[in-house]
Amino acid sequence: MSGVLVVLEQREGELNRMSLEAVAAGHLLAAKVGGECSAAMLSSGGGLKVGGVAKLYSVEHELLKDYTADGYCAVLEQLVKKLEPGYVLFPHTYQVRDFAPALATRFGQVLISDVVAMHDGDVGPVFVRQLLQGKLNADYRQTASGPCFVSVQAGSFRAEGEGSGAEAAVDVFVPELKPEQIRSKPGEPFRESAQTVDLSVAPVIVSVGRGIGEEGNIAMMQELADALGAELAASRPICDNGWLPMERQVGSSGQTVSPKLYLAVGISGAIQHLVGMKGSKAVIAINKDEHAPIFEVADFGVVGDLFEIVPELTKAVLAAKG
Amino acid sequence: MKILVAVKQVPERDAQIHVAADGKWIDEDDLSYTINEPDAYALEEALQLKEKNGGEVVVVCAGPERVTSTLREALAKGADRAIHIEADDLGERDTLGVARMLAEAVKGESPDLILTGLQSDDLGLGQTGVVLAELLGIPHATIIMQVEKTDLGLRVKRELEDGWFQHVEMPFPALLTIQSGGNKLRYATLMGIKKAKTKETATFSASAAGAKAVSLEKVYLPEKQKRTEMLTGTPAEIAAKLVEKLKFDVRVL
Repeated sequence: MSGVLVVLEQREGELNRMSLEAVAAGHLLAAKVGGECSAAMLSSGGGLKVGGVAKLYSVEHELLKDYTADGYCAVLEQLVKKLEPGYVLFPHTYQVRDFAPALATRFGQVLISDVVAMHDGDVGPVFVRQLLQGKLNADYRQTASGPCFVSVQAGSFRAEGEGSGAEAAVDVFVPELKPEQIRSKPGEPFRESAQTVDLSVAPVIVSVGRGIGEEGNIAMMQELADALGAELAASRPICDNGWLPMERQVGSSGQTVSPKLYLAVGISGAIQHLVGMKGSKAVIAINKDEHAPIFEVADFGVVGDLFEIVPELTKAVLAAKG
Repeated sequence: MKILVAVKQVPERDAQIHVAADGKWIDEDDLSYTINEPDAYALEEALQLKEKNGGEVVVVCAGPERVTSTLREALAKGADRAIHIEADDLGERDTLGVARMLAEAVKGESPDLILTGLQSDDLGLGQTGVVLAELLGIPHATIIMQVEKTDLGLRVKRELEDGWFQHVEMPFPALLTIQSGGNKLRYATLMGIKKAKTKETATFSASAAGAKAVSLEKVYLPEKQKRTEMLTGTPAEIAAKLVEKLKFDVRVL
């Protein structure tokens, strides 16, 4: 097989959205490089149906029930060697980040991770990723021969009807895997505490980033949020510092939101943050750096000192509300 | 317990970035550099583990002469020794090339534990640690918030998506990639800075860069995904304009 193999991710028998987006990327890529787009799924118990791909390889082994990097690398190495796809695509999930780089290493390859777009180059496809927290884009190309490993960022390829359509023929692949190959022992996933804030239903969100400088300035942002009747949210560093609870974090490691208004204050807009908020209906960004990537997704932008603008804005909002 | 911390030096977050004339990388001339933030958390975790369990913390960094400032800072914060992998050609190496270079340099150290940040603030590939573990043939876990030494090895708290976590147990030697925010970062004390001057920094010459598996062809400013209307004026004027937009465009007032 040449073509493209998309490695899907499922939890409790359900495909995640990013896997469908990876299939969409797989179709695009297969159209560029020729060949079919197939998919592989690990430990789905055979119950999962996927449409729109040429074939579904169901990789079944009892040692794959709980995810381990060792187990996943070992069986996918066998599957890729057997199928010899030109490209192996993954959704850029935390799980993929944990094992795919090691898998690529076994083939003398380097995973092109976190891809947001692809286009045709002079010699084969070019994969676009972001650098420096989104300040720059970069074109990457595979220069070695052998399978090319790529992971795609959430929200970068639109999944429309992927996963539906004619059901793919299922080919069960039983890999060789011994208990002693798995060196780590994973525990059950858990949550720290019950989520008390559901940002995903908030119509207006005021979100703060590094630009606010210190914890004492949270109060000023809370006042703006209160004036707007908004929930206060933040980018990761604010929650890392403990200035706001983790549950108020927006981004790939926090909540995904799509409010009517997302007002980003002092947030530069790293890709990990943007994936959590780019579904917002309207985005307003206030930042001192005119090159901050947040402006790329903003409808309205203000370049300036947030410490001057925010208090004025709070005042003006309160006045407008009467 | 011997802990090795692999750190990277990256441009400061606030740095004004300009694409270099050849379009292949950024203009490095006027940039100031600092420790990659997740690597600072990896160093912090290592120092805390040493304080709890004893042992030694060795910090390693690859790059040109300028990276010695990052190593000195790590020594001032409490690392015991430093290794500078002298390499002026990091751009000529892909992840596998960099990881091979690190593997070569740390092999002789045989650490019990290798820590590094989960990704770099510049390239953001998030792979060097995992690839290094694979090359060294040791188990790894990524995106780690907490590390505990147990009788048999390690118990770590791994971050999953959407606010979920998981504990993972593994034997020594192992490699962990550390997430930001698990600990509070310390500052170097005056005493620490003084002491750092007496600590050893070994140099290691990297072997020549081999062929790359992937190459970075060019860098450029991202295209705007939306047309942004920029609002200007005094803070009061800007506030008034924003309220107009909130009322009539966004309709949330």
